Amino acid sequence: MLRDSMNVGAVLIVGGGVTGMQAALDLAESGYYVYLVEKSGAIGGAMAQLDKTFPTNDCSMCILAPKMVECGRHANIEILTLSDVTDISGTAGNFQVSINQRPRYVDPEKCIACGVCTDNCPQLVDSDYDAKTGKRKSIYVKYAQAVPLKYQIDPHSCIRLNKPGKCGICEEVCVANAIRFDDAAKKRKLAVGAIILAPGYEAFDPTAAGVWGYGRLPNVITSLQLERYLSATGPTAGRLLRPSDNKPVRKIAFLQCVGSRDENLCGNGYCSSVCCMYAIKEAVIARQHVPGLSAAIYYMDMRTHGKDFDTYMEKAKTESGVRFIRCRVHGVEPYSRNGDLRLHYINEEGRQVEELFDMVVLSVGLQISTHIRELAEIAGIQLSASSFASTSDFAPVTSSKEGIFACGAFSGPKGIPQCVVEGSAAAAAVAGQLGLRCEETPPLPEYPEERNTSEEEARIGVFICHCGSNISAVVDVADVEEYASGLPGVVHVERNLFSCSQETQDILVDAIRQKQLNRVVIAACTPRTHEPLFRETLKSSGINEYLLEMANIRNHNSWVHDDTSQATLKAKDLVRMAVAKVATAESLRPEAVPITQRGLVIGGGIAGMTAALNLANQGYDVDLVEKSDRLGGNALNLKHTYSGVHVPMQVAKLIDKVSVHDRIQLHIETEVSKAKGFVGNFKSTLKTPGRKNRTIEHGVAIMATGGQIFRPTEYGYKQIRCVVTSIEFERLHELKEKHVKQGKSFVFIQCVGSREKGRMYCSKVCCTHSVQSAIELKREDPGRNVYILYRDMRTYGEREYLFKKAREMGVVFINYELHGKPKVTEVDRQINVDVWDHVLHRPVRIKADMVVLATAIVANAEIDKLAQLYRIPLDENGFYQEAHAKLRPVDFTTEGLFTAGLAQYPKPVDESIAQALAASARATTLLSKKEVYLDGIKAVVNEHKCDGCALCVDVCPYHAIELIEIDRDKDDQPVKLVRINSAQCKGCGMCQGTCPVRGVDVAGFTMEQLSHQIKAALEI
Amino acid sequence: MDREPIIIAFCCNWCSYAAADLAGNSRLKYPPNVRIIRVMCSGMVHPELVVESLSQGADGVMIMGCHIGECHYIDGNQKALARSDMITELLEDFGFEEQRFGIFWLSSAEPERFVEAVSDMTERVKKLAQAG
Repeated sequence: MLRDSMNVGAVLIVGGGVTGMQAALDLAESGYYVYLVEKSGAIGGAMAQLDKTFPTNDCSMCILAPKMVECGRHANIEILTLSDVTDISGTAGNFQVSINQRPRYVDPEKCIACGVCTDNCPQLVDSDYDAKTGKRKSIYVKYAQAVPLKYQIDPHSCIRLNKPGKCGICEEVCVANAIRFDDAAKKRKLAVGAIILAPGYEAFDPTAAGVWGYGRLPNVITSLQLERYLSATGPTAGRLLRPSDNKPVRKIAFLQCVGSRDENLCGNGYCSSVCCMYAIKEAVIARQHVPGLSAAIYYMDMRTHGKDFDTYMEKAKTESGVRFIRCRVHGVEPYSRNGDLRLHYINEEGRQVEELFDMVVLSVGLQISTHIRELAEIAGIQLSASSFASTSDFAPVTSSKEGIFACGAFSGPKGIPQCVVEGSAAAAAVAGQLGLRCEETPPLPEYPEERNTSEEEARIGVFICHCGSNISAVVDVADVEEYASGLPGVVHVERNLFSCSQETQDILVDAIRQKQLNRVVIAACTPRTHEPLFRETLKSSGINEYLLEMANIRNHNSWVHDDTSQATLKAKDLVRMAVAKVATAESLRPEAVPITQRGLVIGGGIAGMTAALNLANQGYDVDLVEKSDRLGGNALNLKHTYSGVHVPMQVAKLIDKVSVHDRIQLHIETEVSKAKGFVGNFKSTLKTPGRKNRTIEHGVAIMATGGQIFRPTEYGYKQIRCVVTSIEFERLHELKEKHVKQGKSFVFIQCVGSREKGRMYCSKVCCTHSVQSAIELKREDPGRNVYILYRDMRTYGEREYLFKKAREMGVVFINYELHGKPKVTEVDRQINVDVWDHVLHRPVRIKADMVVLATAIVANAEIDKLAQLYRIPLDENGFYQEAHAKLRPVDFTTEGLFTAGLAQYPKPVDESIAQALAASARATTLLSKKEVYLDGIKAVVNEHKCDGCALCVDVCPYHAIELIEIDRDKDDQPVKLVRINSAQCKGCGMCQGTCPVRGVDVAGFTMEQLSHQIKAALEI
Repeated sequence: MDREPIIIAFCCNWCSYAAADLAGNSRLKYPPNVRIIRVMCSGMVHPELVVESLSQGADGVMIMGCHIGECHYIDGNQKALARSDMITELLEDFGFEEQRFGIFWLSSAEPERFVEAVSDMTERVKKLAQAG
């Protein structure tokens, strides 16, 4: 940790994808100032191009957009789009960075994103966003939900920029005068304390490798292109038509490992980790689009090693009827003139097969682009042999240069959850290095004192936006203006060309002050994008920000209707509804919840220790609770990580650091026996045998309670000598036990207890672990026979190189299926392993000196108790259930609680550590504050109506409601009522929808307000 | 009946309201009969509000939420779904045809699904008007 007063509290993040955004948000929330540098015109990265995400089938944009908007609005985040890093100098704590910001040719201050320029632009080019499946104009916005939502001109194709004096239509039609043909590149110099590189990846381009016909046969497309075809915002609006003749696709094939696990054709020897899952997802989603679609996936190993992935694959097989064919397809041939395609392959029975398809999808791998390699060179950091950023398993987001961190797909191919984890982890690593940085936050904007309007009659101002001509071209805005002035309570109406422009905000402030307005209706666009802006304006004019309502007369009216009389009528209705609702709006205040700036970490394994140490290094006090008598957890059983780091040495270092840190309070042989409280204010009781129970107060808690080894009951374990689990083998091997030392024939059996009924999940680490052990055995004595019996080899990412090495060393890999498990028997002290060989197509018998069972990782038994104490959910396999599989991988739905390590799902050391750092970063977003402000949209109990029936208590998803008894009158019996803990309430209104007596309302959406809206809508 | 029918649509803030916004961004066209009331979650809509809408003269009521399993509030839409049977029964008691009420699930990136739902509902209530 650097404790130099010269440390700069600003951080540079390169890459505005999901990884960079997560890092930016966590740092910004913890008090750092962030420069988020993005090379394209908008943040969002690769995830913004995806249709759905596995394994939840969530709409990708729906879950990403809120994060983008948050980045766009955060006072501590400055987004630099169209920007490249050109130079980095200085050292950790004090870097100087040069940025080149390319011209946008559109003034972002003026552009109101009405899209008239695009409509009129005559130049059509391939759209990169649509992976060249569709077209866009030369002036365009990257996608509809882009942040910043500003148009840009592509200088390569723009007619005017290439031929001065020509075209220029966009400039003529832009009512906001935002076009700047003379815009030029700008240079920026930034001083930052740390740098996070999250530049992402590029998809492998299969054009050069001709065998798949990509670029030549129109119906051979990449997986990213299919993603766009499936997307509702894609070129075919979600219809699956084949490019050659627009015929609906009836039969589709996916070819795996295009650009991965293949050094001959593409030079990428590693596994891209995500393609198996995205292919299954695309097949499933495609079948939802085209009922009856036949989908086949051609693969070498299905690598569905993440949480809930195997269940997803099983469902794809059984419910969606996706066919999985284990083989390598070596080429795609045209079959007919109309575009049908023919695949040749050798099936699992060893027969040559030929099959016809309408469309072939190449599941392209992830790789590092030249652009990113140049960035690494500028940063002066080392890359791996496959050009991914070099990091270490015990410091998974730390680059080779101090002060520079690498995360996301840049440091190895990985899926979205792991990218998000690493984004947070990089934030934690930066904060652990720079220490507390709260004093660096920019001053908050100051507002005038709020006028008390509670006693005033409603004085409503209605502001009607033309939105250039986006509204006024369809709606007769003058008519709406006149109509609005006659509505009850309305004392002021005016029209604005652009209600959102800076000039109009000044006009609004003046009008509110001069006319003493106490309610405001903005009839314009959607509150989802513009409500925060107008709330700020209300605050600036000295009235409460919640006295606002927007009537969406653009997105829901002028843009979707053509008929002026109908649209004008509807605009009047929408304004009338908004006026009726706002008339009973009340001033609300964000509630302040104090934060106890102290953390609790449960579990003293590497995840728990890493999290505790990071929090402590940032300057927070931490209680670390471990139930056994020593720190280290499961890592004490490990020897080497996959990349060869010596685990015992690193664990010893970690234990040392944790033990001596003056901010870490260790509680060994201790368990949590009681817990209560909510975000920022937890109280947990610790129980240590022989000691008095003690209660500690903490603002956050990280659950890192680990996992354990599954004890098998098959393959003769505990019955046949020399049948051992892989952890037992590792110990015997290390002790040079005689059976291991003298053994000549070793058989590893994979998936013992994993991926079958009852535990339909992959334990993720066992394939790599067995391959490592096999390599070690061969290295000691190349004459040994080593066999690995597997279902799918899941040496994902750069672990693939170990698999390759093992094959080169002569380790024999034999595939088996779940229905044909190997049999282990012992006759006259000779162990025989019988298995069906899929290459030879006959049974084989292996004489083994030792059989090693790669056993599953299961959740700890005690996890149930903790889950109950803190009211956190478990998944069907007994692991902790995180808040969201993709975007909140270490959070729980209960705020202030986080998870890391094996307790969430089986994972290797590097991923446990990244998750621990991520949990620490997420915890810091709370711990860095003395209090947090929660949105004013909360449920409120009407004590006169509530009869204490408690129906709402059961439906509240956040356990925010409790039943209490109060003495209303001294003489009467105490009455039952519900009470809402507003710190836990998220304002969803489940209680409101349930209450039989209208005893509870969500402020801003009360039953009364909704009733008023209904009445107003129907007043004809 | 010569006036255009009016449909009250309760849209959740996170998915269906966003889908309606995107329908606008994409300039999709649909009948002008729907009046959207924004709520935080489909599970916020009290059955009484549905009855109230129809009693006040609405021709149809829609509740639109996120896809089941994708609720912003864990499982609010499932609670809305659970209540929808009760709503149908209530409508029967009050003498409204059950076709006047519909519950729909859509993601924020499915504007055409929104358009389809609104168009179908509009057609449904127009048919009822003719039949009546």
